[in-house]
Amino acid sequence: MTIQVNGESRGVGDGQTVATLLHELDIRADRVAVELNLEILDRNDFETRGLREGDRVEILSFIGGGAE
Amino acid sequence: MDTINDRLVIAGREFKSRLWVGTGKYKNFVETKKAIDASGADVVTVAVRRVNITDRSKENLLDYLDPKKYIILPNTAGCYTVEDAVRYARLARAAGVSDLVKLEVLGDEKTLFPDTAGLIEAAKILIKEGFIVLPYTNDDPIVARKLVDIGCPAVMPLAAPIGSGLGIRNPYNLKIIMETVKVPIIVDAGVGTASDAALAMEYGADAVLMNTAIAGAQDPLAMAEAMKYAVWAGRLAYKAGRIPRKLYATASSPIEGML
Repeated sequence: MTIQVNGESRGVGDGQTVATLLHELDIRADRVAVELNLEILDRNDFETRGLREGDRVEILSFIGGGAE
Repeated sequence: MDTINDRLVIAGREFKSRLWVGTGKYKNFVETKKAIDASGADVVTVAVRRVNITDRSKENLLDYLDPKKYIILPNTAGCYTVEDAVRYARLARAAGVSDLVKLEVLGDEKTLFPDTAGLIEAAKILIKEGFIVLPYTNDDPIVARKLVDIGCPAVMPLAAPIGSGLGIRNPYNLKIIMETVKVPIIVDAGVGTASDAALAMEYGADAVLMNTAIAGAQDPLAMAEAMKYAVWAGRLAYKAGRIPRKLYATASSPIEGML
């Protein structure tokens, strides 16, 4: 199935969860926020939230910034 | 200086340093870390952005800034609407470890002045959700009072436009804010050099937050250190109490005993 991750299309296998997606992307779960179809997920739910065709996933973290 | 007994406290949290720094505009994370350490700041602001998923070799800022050692203060930089600012604040909380947020709702791209009506609206929403909202606001005493009235435990009025380096444009408004609100005032944005930071503290600011003045200096590490001493000096002078300004001279040496 195909989902959108940070604005880019990505093919993922059936049965993927948010946690397995992060693992596949080599992203530490404790350093990011994940928005699934505009819903901000609790980090404790990453393991159980399954991904579906067409899902829009946003993965964000802290970067250098002062103000702007 | 006896910094131990002169700690800044906001919403029950104690802060070691009265200089807070941003983490943007540095050449790399090594320089970021060195500059922050030279500044002595224990509060560092960060922005929330998409993770680069195509180039995972990119390092993470938090690999350099241990959240156990620094207080990470996420901002809502780049947000021009209440909805965006609230969304980014929620994302920051989800990505981090605390309820602290430096709330920015910007008015336009040219000035980056705060949209104070939007700021108050966003602050209300976030405070209701349990956030500790530190609002980046204009040097407007009435807006500062309103922000405190709705539950902001500190206010962060600008000295001048973000990144402008113009220094304190309206010291009298800042002084009025300091007199009218009973929460800590953190002068945020517009500082250009060490004397600007010292002046802000001499006026009675509780802390100063800056980014470009350090990161954009020709020698960021030296400027970081200069800012550390400037903030200390300004704070000490404020507590010491300056002499009144007078038009004419007063001799320091006695007349008695002269020939």
